[in-house]
Amino acid sequence: MPVLLVPGVLRSEAGGASRLEIGAAGTLGAVLTEVERRWPLLARRIRDEQGAVRRYVNVYVDGEDARRADGLETPVKPDSEIQVLPSVAGGAAP
Amino acid sequence: MTVLLAIGTQKGLFLATSDDERRTWHVGPAHFPGTAIYTVGVDPRGPRPRLLVAVDNSHFGPSVAVSDDLGETWQEPDTAPIAFPEDAGAAIERVWQLVPGGPAEPGVIYAGSQPSALFRSADGGRSFELVRGLWDHPHRPQWGAGFGGQAIHTILPHPSDPSRLLVAMSTGGVYRSGDGGASWAPANSGIKAYFLPDPWPEFGQCVHRVARDAGDPDRLYAQNHHGVYRSTDGGDKWESIAATLPSDFGFPMVAHPTRPGTIWSFPLTADSERHPTELRCRVYRSTDAGDTWEPQHRGLPDGPYYPVVLRDAMCTDDHDRAGVYFGTRAGEVFATRDEGESWQTVVAHLPDVLSVRAVSV
Repeated sequence: MPVLLVPGVLRSEAGGASRLEIGAAGTLGAVLTEVERRWPLLARRIRDEQGAVRRYVNVYVDGEDARRADGLETPVKPDSEIQVLPSVAGGAAP
Repeated sequence: MTVLLAIGTQKGLFLATSDDERRTWHVGPAHFPGTAIYTVGVDPRGPRPRLLVAVDNSHFGPSVAVSDDLGETWQEPDTAPIAFPEDAGAAIERVWQLVPGGPAEPGVIYAGSQPSALFRSADGGRSFELVRGLWDHPHRPQWGAGFGGQAIHTILPHPSDPSRLLVAMSTGGVYRSGDGGASWAPANSGIKAYFLPDPWPEFGQCVHRVARDAGDPDRLYAQNHHGVYRSTDGGDKWESIAATLPSDFGFPMVAHPTRPGTIWSFPLTADSERHPTELRCRVYRSTDAGDTWEPQHRGLPDGPYYPVVLRDAMCTDDHDRAGVYFGTRAGEVFATRDEGESWQTVVAHLPDVLSVRAVSV
């Protein structure tokens, strides 16, 4: 099943886990909806209430930036690895 | 009596306490480090004040955390405490204000957001619902954005009538409800919008902050984007009270907690010159409801001074002889225990101060 790699800064939202096995596949949207069902606090760090991935959060599916692929429609295979990373464009104001 | 001073900054929340009649302060380490704290709410109605903090993480979005033990521990729900319903088609960008309802509304907390919307909590701030009456207002598509975004930054529940509520936004101006938030009407008569083709519009003003008088709930004071005003009829009409101020630009406006007619502001030179007038760190106080103002600066920095005070970065405490507190974008916080006659530095070298709140605990 697909695996979601949790960045260190969000692991407390995932019970301390660095890898989450997600019982959903097909599209990135389906994976993130399953994340919302099981880890709602983690999910709302990644997406806003309308389901959009937050501006300064990057999601990679098998190493490819989902924004440059098909967004939430990006295909996810049963053995895909989904990596969530905070963007260097975000962070605290200087 | 201990006073707790909550200091929200660009990079975390700091809690300062004074146990010696506000003479000296102890400032603790950052809570929520790295996040911007645009506002702090204090609900004093329970056995112990409840702190509510708008936590703004630029990567991971806004949230609200609550503490019932004065910041020793914080609770944040798994589901977003403030969120637009799906059919609103909007997402919360920032929470700008958290305000407890009046004495007749235990458990009620109001929140103002960016984009401009009002939310109401009936469970002490753990979950909020969109106030549809304002969100569905036909004016909303014409509300604009100020430099800081488009947000409701002022919420004034009426102290004795829970059906009456006033909000202010940048830009859009002042709106009032007389039926508990079901319907809303603009209340900007007399407030100038110099930046619009019609400078006296029904709405569209850029109000920066509104404060309510301690003695007369119908007397209001507004710091506008150029313009300082008073209303004596709950917002039906506004008149200028800027005549004896060195400038009519600024952000905060606070009222004395118990004494009618006493208010404080921190004037800046102009929209295009956002630094203190004459480059001096001076607070201005009026004790006659804005008819006249006097500078207060004893104990404040001498010499050229550039940092500004943002709209939520000035407050009073709840003492009869009020303490007044303000923080600057240079990370300094100043306090007075004698209503501005003299000032002391509470802390320096913090990140930019965005908000302050003080309460006896």
